[in-house]
Amino acid sequence: MTVEATAGAVSRTQPKIANELLKSRVGAAMWFLLPMLIALAIVAGWPLLRTIYFSFTNTSLSSLYTGEWIGFKNYLNWTTLKSGRTVFSGLLVDPAWWNAVWNTVRFAVVSVSLETVIGMIVALVLNAEFKGRGIVRAAILIPWAIPTIVSAKMWSWMLNDQFGILNDLFLRLGLISHKVAWTASADTAMTAVLIVDIWKTTPFMALLILAGLQMVPKDVYEAAKIDGVHPVKVFFKVTLPLVRPAVMVAVIFRLLDAMRIFDLIYVLTPNSASTKTMSVISRENLFDFDKFAYGSAQSTLLFLIIAVMTALYIWLGKVRFDGGDR
Amino acid sequence: MKMKSLIAALLASATLGVVAAQAADLAVVSGDTGNGLEFLRSQLDRFEQETGNKVTIVPMPSSTTDQFGQYKLWLAAGNADIDVYQTDVIWAPQLADQFLDLADAAKDVVGEHFPSIIESQTVNGKLVALPAFTDAPALYYRKDLLDKYGKSVPKTWSELAATAKEVQDGERAAGNADMQGFVFQGNAYEGLTCDALEWVKSYGGGQIIEADGSISINNPQAVAALEQAKSWIGTIAPQGVLSYQEEESRGVWQLGNAVFMRNWPYAYQLGNGDDSAVKGKFDVAPLPAGEGEGARSAATLGGWNVAVSKYSKNPDEAIKLALFLSSKDVQKERAIKQSNLPTIVALYDDADIAESQPIIPNWKEVFQNAVPRPSAPAKVKYNEVSSLFWSAVHETLSGKGTAAENLELLEAKLTELKGDAW
Repeated sequence: MTVEATAGAVSRTQPKIANELLKSRVGAAMWFLLPMLIALAIVAGWPLLRTIYFSFTNTSLSSLYTGEWIGFKNYLNWTTLKSGRTVFSGLLVDPAWWNAVWNTVRFAVVSVSLETVIGMIVALVLNAEFKGRGIVRAAILIPWAIPTIVSAKMWSWMLNDQFGILNDLFLRLGLISHKVAWTASADTAMTAVLIVDIWKTTPFMALLILAGLQMVPKDVYEAAKIDGVHPVKVFFKVTLPLVRPAVMVAVIFRLLDAMRIFDLIYVLTPNSASTKTMSVISRENLFDFDKFAYGSAQSTLLFLIIAVMTALYIWLGKVRFDGGDR
Repeated sequence: MKMKSLIAALLASATLGVVAAQAADLAVVSGDTGNGLEFLRSQLDRFEQETGNKVTIVPMPSSTTDQFGQYKLWLAAGNADIDVYQTDVIWAPQLADQFLDLADAAKDVVGEHFPSIIESQTVNGKLVALPAFTDAPALYYRKDLLDKYGKSVPKTWSELAATAKEVQDGERAAGNADMQGFVFQGNAYEGLTCDALEWVKSYGGGQIIEADGSISINNPQAVAALEQAKSWIGTIAPQGVLSYQEEESRGVWQLGNAVFMRNWPYAYQLGNGDDSAVKGKFDVAPLPAGEGEGARSAATLGGWNVAVSKYSKNPDEAIKLALFLSSKDVQKERAIKQSNLPTIVALYDDADIAESQPIIPNWKEVFQNAVPRPSAPAKVKYNEVSSLFWSAVHETLSGKGTAAENLELLEAKLTELKGDAW
C-alpha cells in the first residue's frame, strides 16, 4: 500500500518525467524498503499465516507440531443425530463469539465517535494562537504516552470502590451519596473502559486532526471573515470539508485499534460474557483453555472482520492516504 | 527441530553438568500475595547458602487464572528461563506433560505428606509436583464487634446474613459509614469458583461435576445456595465485591471495615501484623453451613505445589530446590511466618507451630473434609468448566437472570463441552 501510494504520488505530480529515471528511482526505493518488508514478513506475515494454518487443524498448545488438518471444522461442523436432526457447531454458530463481536463493535463505534468529537474540539483549541501553546500541545500527549496496561491499572485503583480517589472526590463534592462500585457490574465497567479509552486516545485523535487543521490555508478564513460569515457556518462549510481527509484517516487508525481492544477490558472489567471482546475471548481459548486451534480460528476471523471493515470504510468513505480528496 | 533442540539441551546440560553441580542459576516463579515474596526470598537465601546455587524470583500476578495462562504459554514454547514453577492444586492434570516426574527424587519424603494431596498431584503414576502448602478457607469474624452486639459466631449462612446486617447497620449509625457486613471473592475468576463451590456444597448441592464425571450442578439446593448469595449483594456485601479478588477483600477487612470475611489462612498472619487495624480483634471459624438435606460446612481445597520444568537446563539442581521448598523445614517456617497450612502430617502436632499459630492444629480437620474442585474428573477441560461456572455465578450475583435459569443454561453448556467423555 505504501509503495503504491508513493509511486502513485510520484507519477501523478510529475507525469512527464523520463521513464528511465522513474524506474531507477522506484528500484532504489525498493532496495530501501526491502529490510522493512523482510522484517514485516517475519514479525507480521509469518505469524499471521501460521495462525491461519492452525485454525484449520486440531492443534493444542501442548502439541504444537502434531496437529492434523481438519478443514473447516473449527469454523463450522455438523453432525446428524440418529433422530435425523442436524446439530451445528463451530465458531460461525458460537453465540459466545458473536456476543464478543457485538461487544467489540459497540465499543469501537461509541469510543471512536466520542474521541473524534472531543479530539476535534481539542484540536480547534490547540490550533488557536495563545501563550504557552507549545507546552499545552506537549502536555496533552501524556495520556497517549503512558503504556495502556499501566494506565489501566492506575485507573482501576482510582476507580476502586473502597479506596479509590474518584469515589472519595465525588463524595466530598456531594456528587454521589454512596461509594459506587465502578468496575463491579458489567454495565458500569464498560462505561469505565470507555472513559479510560477516551482519556487515553483523544490526544492521538487531536494531534492528527491538528495536523490537518494546519494545512488549511489562512486566506480561506480571511475571505470568510471579510464576507461576514458566522463562525459556526465557517466551521461546517470551510474547516470541516478541508480537514475531512485528515479526520477520515485518524478515524480509521483508531477504529483498527479499538477493534482489537484487549488490555483495558482485561484489567478493568470482571471476566464476564457481557464485556468480553474478540481479543479477550480468543486469548482465553488460545491459552487458558485447551483449544488452541479454536482460538486461532477466532483470531483469523478477527483479522478478517477488521480487514472487511477497513475495506468498506475506505471504499464508502472515499478515503485516500495521500492527503487528497476524491 | 524440537527434538534436535531437546537433544542439544540435554547434551549441553550433560557437558555442563560438572560445572552446574557446583553452582547453577535457577529461576522460580511466584504469584504470592501479602509479604509472601519476602518470605520466599528469605528461604531462598538459605538454599543459596546451603547449595551455592543462585535463585532468582520471577514475580507474577496473584490471580491464579492469569498465572496459568502465562505458564502454559511458556511451557508450550519450551521456555528454559524458568526452572521451578509454583502450581495451583488444580493444574496437575493440565500441565502434567511439561513437568519432570518427581516420584524418584522424592521417594523418601512423599510418605510424610497427606496421601490425598500427593494423589492430587499424581497423574497416571507420575508425581507432577511436590506440595508446598495446602489451603482451606475460613470465616474471619470480628470478635470485638460480635461481643459488642451480643452475637455468637454464625453456624449457618442465614445467621451470618442476619448478624452481619445488624452489626453493619449499628456501626454505620454509630458513624462508620464504610462498614460492610461480609466480604468475599466475587470477581469472575477462579476464586469465585472456590467461593461458589463452598456455597453449593454447604447446601448439599454437590460439587459441579462429581467424581464419576456426571454433571450435577443443576439442582434445587444449588439454586437455593446461589439465591442466598445473591441476596447479600448490596445488603451485607458492597456492590464492589463483584470485582474483588483475595487482596481487595483483605484490604477492606484489614482496614477494619468488615464484620466477616471469607479468605484463605494467609490473611490470619497479615491481619495480626502491626500495621493492621484489626490486630488481635478477630478470630476464625469454619465457614457456615447451608440449609436443607445434606447441608454442612464446606471449604474448597486449595494449596500450592512446586514443579520442575522439563525444559530446565539444570534439572538436578532444580529438583533440589523443589525438594527444599516442600521440605519439613520450610513448611514449618511457612506455617509460623505465613500461617500457611503444612502438608506434612507431623507438623500439625508441632509445639512451635501450635504456639505461634493456634489456628493451624485446629485446621487439620477442616482441610481433611475440604471439597476438591472438579479438576480430576474434568481433566484438560477443567479451566473451561470453571470459567463457565464462575460466569454463571457472576451473572446470577449481578442480577442477570435467576440462579435457576443460569444453572440450567450452565448444565446445557457443560453437557455440550463434555461430549462423549471428559
